[in-house]
Parts: sequence; structure tokens; C-alpha cells
Amino acid sequence: MTTTDRIERRVELRAPRARVWQAIADSQEFGAWFGCALEGPFVQGAPIRGRITTPGYEHLTFELYVERIEPERYFSYRWHPYAVDPATDYSKEPTTLVELRLEEADGRTILTITESGFDQLPASRRDEAFRMNDGGWTAQAGNIERYVTRA
Amino acid sequence: MSPARSAAASKAADAVPVFAALADATRLRIVSRLCDEGPLSITRLSDGAGVTRQAVTKHLHALESAGIVRDARVGRERIFELEPRRLDKARRYLDHVAASWDARIDRLRAHVEG
Repeated sequence: MTTTDRIERRVELRAPRARVWQAIADSQEFGAWFGCALEGPFVQGAPIRGRITTPGYEHLTFELYVERIEPERYFSYRWHPYAVDPATDYSKEPTTLVELRLEEADGRTILTITESGFDQLPASRRDEAFRMNDGGWTAQAGNIERYVTRA
Repeated sequence: MSPARSAAASKAADAVPVFAALADATRLRIVSRLCDEGPLSITRLSDGAGVTRQAVTKHLHALESAGIVRDARVGRERIFELEPRRLDKARRYLDHVAASWDARIDRLRAHVEG
């Protein structure tokens, strides 16, 4: 596993595990913080269609392929990250795997998010991060600054 | 300020101009083209940029001062190319992915802690 294949984030949330689980496993709640509108509930083994709700990206739709649901413990899906060109058929390309793990910690919740499989993506897909317009970067500048300060 | 904090602050100060320099659609497009097509002259970069040659020159200087591109002058023609050490492709992509997740985690936190 190379350092360019995956990202991982581990955070503590001041909320009970059941609450955090609901925010992840309920597709409407998931959409609220993820920044998308999903059609229907999450079903293990089934794809679910979504539309980005972040301003500037509303024309983009995508699919999540739900892999595994273990209530209050684990949720995973595959998708095509940054599938930002409506004219491109991404369906034959490799996906990345997103995993969310929950652990209880004294009434709080430790959430670990990993996204892996980037090394399998075509190089041209990696470049697409650049083709995303100004809005994404500007909106995220604050987060990026915090990110690099922490690194 | 402790030595550790000062080192962290200087690391952040070192990285932030890169992101600030990229937080502009025209500059992202310039970097994207240098990425795909290799070193290019200001004239070539101005073609299809939708902005004037003067604007492209100004954006190139911003990218240059952030260390993202460098001037590889050939004779009288000014050619710009990416500075690879400063801007490793794969790493940069992952930084972008990680920043997206950080933004989502911030929203999730507000959602469940609120």
C-alpha cells in the first residue's frame, strides 16, 4: 500500500454512536452533510443515485454502490471520485472504496473514514481535480488551511 | 512561540500560498494545461484562455511566486513549465480529496453535535 493510494481521517464527535450512525445510514441525513441528494434508502449490495447539491455542481449526478452495512459499526460504498464530466462514461473505470467505522468512547463517537484505491485510477482522473472550477477550491480554502496546519 | 509550534506555523505558511494561488479558475486552467501539454509560451497559454495576454502574464507571476511554475525562458520567448517538486501530481490530488472529506466531516460534526 503506497501513500498515494489512500486517505484516512479519524475524528471524535460529541454525539452518541446511535446518533452518528443515523446521520450516516439514513440516506437523507447522509446527503445533508455530504452535499448531495440521494434517491431512496441505502440497501446493502445495491446502487443508489445521487445529485450533488453543492452550489456550482448541481448538474452532476453519480452513483454509490453500497457494499456493506453493519448497524452502528461499519458502512462502506464504492464510487467514481470526481466523476465531474457528464460526457464521460466512468462505469468501466476502477472505483475507490469509502469506509466509515464507528467506535463508542464514553458517550462520544470515534469516526474513522478511509478512502482507498486511488492508485488504480487512470492518471487522467487525478488531473480532473484541477478541472473542477474555482468554487470548490475557494469554498475549501479554510478547510485546506486547517488541514495543512494539522499535517 | 515554542520551537514545535513555530515549525508547524512555518510549514503552514509554506503551503498556504500554493492553495491560495490555485484558488482561481484561470490559474487552475493554466496549471492544468502545463500539466497536460508540458512547457508552454505565454502566447500559447493565452490562446483559448478567455482572458487577455496581460492577465495570463499576471496569473503566471502569481503561480511563479508560489513556486508552482517556473520561467524557462528560451531566447526571447518566455516559456513556463510546472515546478514538479512543489506540485507533485498524485499528492496534490489526494490533498484535494482529503480537503473534501475535511469539509464533509465539519458538516457532519455540525449535524450531529448541534
